Amino acid sequence: MSASPKTVLGWIGESVRRADGTPKTTGEFAYASDLQAAGMLWGHTLRAPHAHARVRGIDLSAALTMPGVHAVLTHEDVPGRKTYGLEFHDQPVLAIDRVRYFGEPVAVVAAEHPEQARRAAERIVVDYEPLPPIADPERATESEPLHPARETYETGHYLDDPRPNVVRSMRVVHGDPDARGDVVVEGTYEIGTQDQAFLGPESGLAVPDGEGGVDIYVATQWLHVDREQVAPCLALPEEQVRIHLAGVGGAFGGREDLSIQIHAALLALHTSRPVKMVYNRQESFTGHVHRHPARIHAQHHATRDGRLVCVKMQILLDGGAYASSSTAVTANATSFACGPYAVPNAHIETTCVFTNNPPCGAMRGFGAVQTCFAAEAQMDKLARALELDPIELRLLNALAPGDTLPTGQRIDGSLPVAEVIRRCAALPEPAPEELPRPAIRLPGGAGNTTRGEGVRRGTGFAVGFKNIAYSEGFDDSCAARVRLFADGSAEVHCAAAEVGQGVTNVILQVARTELETEDVRLAPGTTAAVGSAGSSSASRMTWMAAGAVRDACRAALAERESRGGGEVDVERVYRHRPTAPLDPETGQVGDLPAHVAFACAAMKVVAEVDVDLGLTRIVWIGTAQDVGKAINPQAVEGQIEGGTAQGIGLALMEEIQTRDGVITNASFTDYLIPTALDVPPIVSELVEDPEPDAPYGVKGVGEPPTVVSTAAVVAALRDATGRELSRVPVRPDDIVGLT
Amino acid sequence: MDVLSPRTLDEALRLRAERPGAVPIEGGTDLMVDLNFDRRRPEAMLNLNEVPELRGWSRENGSLRLGAGLTFTEIEHSELASLLPALAEASRTVGSPQIRNRGTIGGNLGTASPAGDALPPLLIEGADIEVASLRGVRRLPLTEFLVGPKRNALAEDELIVAVHIEPSGAAQTFMKIGPRNAMVIAVCSLALSVDRERNEARAAFGSAGPVATLVTGELDGFADRVVAASSPIDDVRGTAAYRRHALRVLAGRALERCMVA
Repeated sequence: MSASPKTVLGWIGESVRRADGTPKTTGEFAYASDLQAAGMLWGHTLRAPHAHARVRGIDLSAALTMPGVHAVLTHEDVPGRKTYGLEFHDQPVLAIDRVRYFGEPVAVVAAEHPEQARRAAERIVVDYEPLPPIADPERATESEPLHPARETYETGHYLDDPRPNVVRSMRVVHGDPDARGDVVVEGTYEIGTQDQAFLGPESGLAVPDGEGGVDIYVATQWLHVDREQVAPCLALPEEQVRIHLAGVGGAFGGREDLSIQIHAALLALHTSRPVKMVYNRQESFTGHVHRHPARIHAQHHATRDGRLVCVKMQILLDGGAYASSSTAVTANATSFACGPYAVPNAHIETTCVFTNNPPCGAMRGFGAVQTCFAAEAQMDKLARALELDPIELRLLNALAPGDTLPTGQRIDGSLPVAEVIRRCAALPEPAPEELPRPAIRLPGGAGNTTRGEGVRRGTGFAVGFKNIAYSEGFDDSCAARVRLFADGSAEVHCAAAEVGQGVTNVILQVARTELETEDVRLAPGTTAAVGSAGSSSASRMTWMAAGAVRDACRAALAERESRGGGEVDVERVYRHRPTAPLDPETGQVGDLPAHVAFACAAMKVVAEVDVDLGLTRIVWIGTAQDVGKAINPQAVEGQIEGGTAQGIGLALMEEIQTRDGVITNASFTDYLIPTALDVPPIVSELVEDPEPDAPYGVKGVGEPPTVVSTAAVVAALRDATGRELSRVPVRPDDIVGLT
Repeated sequence: MDVLSPRTLDEALRLRAERPGAVPIEGGTDLMVDLNFDRRRPEAMLNLNEVPELRGWSRENGSLRLGAGLTFTEIEHSELASLLPALAEASRTVGSPQIRNRGTIGGNLGTASPAGDALPPLLIEGADIEVASLRGVRRLPLTEFLVGPKRNALAEDELIVAVHIEPSGAAQTFMKIGPRNAMVIAVCSLALSVDRERNEARAAFGSAGPVATLVTGELDGFADRVVAASSPIDDVRGTAAYRRHALRVLAGRALERCMVA
């Protein structure tokens, strides 16, 4: 534990209590769902009940006559571009002639009361012709194209794959892909569909400005990219669309894509009234993208003494119905497929396909979670085959600065893989606990299913890494604006979305440090007052906001100095180093790197498993994480604990289940996330090895714990049960041998 | 939607007769979920929280009377925990502390879910259910009260008033399986008691058939009989094969617990 945190003030490196911590704990924090405006209407979305269907007609007449209804809109009422998307504009604002996933928006209603809006939506008559859904990703490339008109390769940087329904396919060929080792291990791994399961469902408020424009208050991860997508659909210039950050109740990637933004704005502009939209929990499961489910086949070759010779992997990602950020997830899954190890030869093939399953996109870990699970299971298999200690095997092959990734990118910054392994391995595990114990300290927990019968203990270890910031040529810059006032106080503007990760404190700590004053305030995040911050995604926001705020502070001080005092107002844009796409044929880098920087983490998990019932208790977790420089150590520990909990969820319980593309467990009754009883005490070692390119040497910290924890938890379960457990979430059936 | 809040049992029964469309509500831990998910739109709710006759529990001669409004928290933290140990263990597995503060035994009976946590422990103790209407009061065994998945024997004008039990004093336990360690709906559950003098066991399972079901018999081969009485299905919470497997394991462990207790 860190020292007792300061409540308000703090500089870089101090544990500072979160500004939003107390109001969130006491219930006073205003989330987007708490927004109100005078004269406000309520919007509701009619969603498709089919995973795949042709839309032959929509009859609104009955809905329009329902009490309290002010507007019922379809795709015909979208004044501008009819489609949107993060990478391709392939997703209809409202369904046009076809629905491609269960829950796809078809029409929107505004009414005086949310219940009136819901009832009116029920009276909309949609003439659907159900079509056979593509539910099995293995069959996607042999099926009719879901997006016949799509220009798949419009960037020119992607492999030209002639098969239908390919979002992106990639191939990395490194060294001699036919190189053979003395020992070969092989496995097929499967990762289920995880949901971000943020607690604050999608919500926002659109307010017409009376001059044809609109203000949208919304819980999002990137204000400016929302505006880029919203404005063309509304046929408005960007200046007339102002997006303001409303209180975010968790994000984890699920708020990168749009949800209510265009719908609420359409209704507001149509009715000239403010319109609020709030999804309920069930709707939220269809209201955002999920983590890509994956099937991975891996073959690892090593020498007799444990050096990796060659890694071959085939990765299949199910992208669902629309592209979202699938192309970037594909690149990540491929780039980090082998784990943080020096691999002289590799052949990795990744295909991400369109199906009629729920759309997938960004989620914490972004492609690296799935491959880490497979790669680390392979490393354990290799250790067993070689009769080597699994930690020794990892140390022997650990990537280090100067080494080259299978993509040909040289590690030229910080990546202390061996150090995180050593420091994690050195953390003392707790001694086995005596029996009898209360039920809640046994597998099965409150269910009272064992008093020790069937319980075996196991230890697992895993290492993982991923990139920081956007990759492959994406210029995700960050702007900050600093105003210095005559009284010595300062105001910082930055559109970085506070999604619960603590970037507010990062910004204030940097500004206090640079300006050498404690009298700094952070203005609300809005597109109206400052340039883009880029997304609170990809473990990038701390690095990018720290760079932008540092530069703006220094520029402001310099300007005041040159003017001899007075008020100043400067804005600066910070950029990370340039990157470029991987070669579409070979998956190799050219002159520029594909990724900006990397961060790694090692994790050790002690678990108890009731092998007769297949129930689990995670006893203890120790982790060492490469954090560059911790700006707010307590917040870093919070990210590690939260990220680990999310990885435990994927390992043990979190899975969106579907039948022919239709979600069958869209509720927190049946989509389970870990409770306090499922997450053990977590000991975090912060490894501070400064990133040379980054402001103050920082690295993002949000994703590495999620990347590594699923793999580490399942390793502990394998140790306890002796079973293969090649699929997550691990089901009780898998442990007791019924699958 | 109207919310009717009677202050006496008589008033509640009168309103129940007058407004058959009014859905009785105690803690609301089932009904409010249905309302929030828009699965039900009742014309009115009959709020039973203000009816004193439904609250608490008492001893009546050798037996216990549990009011329909008795909460799971009250069961956990009262003397009932030693009088009805399996029911107390089941109460501890219900939801979170907040849910246990609101959820009631009457609500569990009213919903009559095959996963209702209180049902198996009440079945093994031979509970009778007291229901009332303006027409009068009747008592029926819980085995007759539960007639199907989410269906009970309550007539349209009746309310659940109380549960009557003569505690057996037999060694007993309750176990419940869920894929996480708290706050789950049972994948399957089992309450079991052993009468060592008679060499007999009583068990009742949840979530392994259309209704919570009582099984009684000799100790020999008892776990097999429990499994044979079950008829589980595959659903989003678990597979039929696992439920059968788990019931066998639970029955074996429960017998052992009760034999050494």
